[in-house]
Amino acid sequence: MTDTPLIQIENLNVEFPLGHTLFGKPPMLRAVNDVSLNIMPGQFFGLVGESGSGKTTLGRAILRAAPITSGKITFEDADVHYDVGSLLKKDLKNYRKLAQLIFQDPYAALSPRMTVRDIIAEPLEVMGLTKTREETDERVRDIAAKCRLNLEHLRRFPHAFSGGQRQRISIARTLVCNPDFVVADESVAALDVSIQADILNLLKSLQKELGLTYLFISHDLSVVAHICDHVAVMYLGSLVESAPTRDLFNNPRHPYTRALLSAIPSLDPDERGNVQKLEGEIPSPTNPPSGCKFRTRCPLAESRCSKEVPQWREMSEGHYVACHFSEK
Amino acid sequence: MSLLTVENLNLQFDTDEGRITAVDNVSFEINAGEVLGLVGESGSGKSVTAKSLMQLNPANAVYSSESSIKLKLEAEEVDVLSLKSSRELVIVRGGAISMIFQEPMASFAPAITIGSHMVEQLLIHTTMTKNTAAELSVEMLERVGINEAGKRFHQYAFELSGGMRQRAMIAMALSTKPKLLIADEPTTALDVTIQAQVLDLMKDLVSEFGMGILFITHDLGVIAQVADRVSVMYLGRIVESGPVRDVLRSPAHPYTQGLLKALPKLDALDQPLTPVEGDIPSPLERPPGCVFHTRCPEVIADRCNASVPTRTELGHGHSSSCFVLDTAGKPA
Repeated sequence: MTDTPLIQIENLNVEFPLGHTLFGKPPMLRAVNDVSLNIMPGQFFGLVGESGSGKTTLGRAILRAAPITSGKITFEDADVHYDVGSLLKKDLKNYRKLAQLIFQDPYAALSPRMTVRDIIAEPLEVMGLTKTREETDERVRDIAAKCRLNLEHLRRFPHAFSGGQRQRISIARTLVCNPDFVVADESVAALDVSIQADILNLLKSLQKELGLTYLFISHDLSVVAHICDHVAVMYLGSLVESAPTRDLFNNPRHPYTRALLSAIPSLDPDERGNVQKLEGEIPSPTNPPSGCKFRTRCPLAESRCSKEVPQWREMSEGHYVACHFSEK
Repeated sequence: MSLLTVENLNLQFDTDEGRITAVDNVSFEINAGEVLGLVGESGSGKSVTAKSLMQLNPANAVYSSESSIKLKLEAEEVDVLSLKSSRELVIVRGGAISMIFQEPMASFAPAITIGSHMVEQLLIHTTMTKNTAAELSVEMLERVGINEAGKRFHQYAFELSGGMRQRAMIAMALSTKPKLLIADEPTTALDVTIQAQVLDLMKDLVSEFGMGILFITHDLGVIAQVADRVSVMYLGRIVESGPVRDVLRSPAHPYTQGLLKALPKLDALDQPLTPVEGDIPSPLERPPGCVFHTRCPEVIADRCNASVPTRTELGHGHSSSCFVLDTAGKPA
């Protein structure tokens, strides 16, 4: 691992207009609010939060699939240095090859009318990465084998496959153009537990084999704990905590992270009711609370929390948190 | 006698590709005030089993002649599968049995208010007047922890958040005072923090109303938190069942063991995740013998693929169907 981050995000804001107005600007919904983070090459970076926390939007902004209102995203590897927000035609095309996405639902992500071979080959053809059909077939077979797909499967259509196999096809399609960086957005959420472990192991082994860097977006903390090196927690568009996985799970400093951890149902029937419960629900992002956004549900909240936005502070090496009471 | 007794439930679907077995010789009981958890992967037949309790399966469903579903009410015993017309079925559909579905957004009609949903079903199943039905509904909404229940009563499903919609669903299911509640993945679509709230609410309600609950989920953690007893299903068969502590602490069937091993656990981060090898077979290619033998790590050659294992009792109501058990006598 080198010291230069592969992805560097500085004060990123993403806003969406709420409807249209005839004159002036419509009110804006701030989906990502002043987020800064670094993703190092070769890292398995986890991003967790409840639905509506902005984790998907952040992932999409990095891929230039969501509008960047302000702030900067830089992508830097051995050959290229891109300012993602201002990429133009040729560079943007090249960036699309370098940064790819694995979707959540393998049932919706694959066209039912294309064979598995055509599905996996499509990115190569669209981006013009191969010259001849033989070369395309070669690359398809190569990546299919890496994703543990049977070569005879390539001639079949997606309906013939189970959820786990479909997700492997979807991963093969993402990786066929040889990207550096992959956003995996809830990639195991739609799968059964027995299959989920298989896909997680596959993602991990592909990372080593192909030298990938992942942004792994998930709402499932136990999955993230198992597979990621570093985890960032999002709430209502802002980062509340970011730390190396072990550190975060052994020593969570933000009350939201603690609540999330304690809400995971324990496998031990004797630990019933042993949870630090979080009251209420995530507020609407159109009208977020002042000061610290978590204060409306926070067990530690005091009057100070409604006035001051908590600073993003480094508490120990690599462990950042945004809370006034993070020493507690 | 138990509140609900299901015996030898056998259910097949007539399709263009042939007859598909969805539920194969399933038997279980639920007592009043008890939560039975039904776990299994998608395609294991848990939802189909639940729907047969109310005869909600599509018209191409064929029940075998040995199948029996008996529901005990105060005065009488209802043989659910003998009910034919929808007028007779009202007793179980929403009367004695209520159901909570997985996706609350899809189960509320978008153009009808929450309140009219609730009042409508009360008018069908009880002799209440419209006004008392409305009062009771608002009371139930308050009971499940919805703020400003009077206002929510007049709102539409899209105006509520996911957690609140699921609460409204629970309020609606309970307002007819059912004897049995079927909860089909009630928290799967919710965030963990909201899931914890909804599970808590359901536990409170069981002790308050004393009904039986059939709780369907694929999440063993949720089962550990709410169920008293659990049955594990695979490809239409119950492979293991027993008190929740026994099943989760000393799982007897290789499938249950596999499921527990595949689950990421927070207190054992160094342990590698071990998936259950292979994929769940298509119902069209149902394996002969033990349905799990194609993925089983402890498969016995020439035995598991030839005959169906019978149930082995392991004590305290814990039982499992696997050949490994009768050779070893004890769970591995």
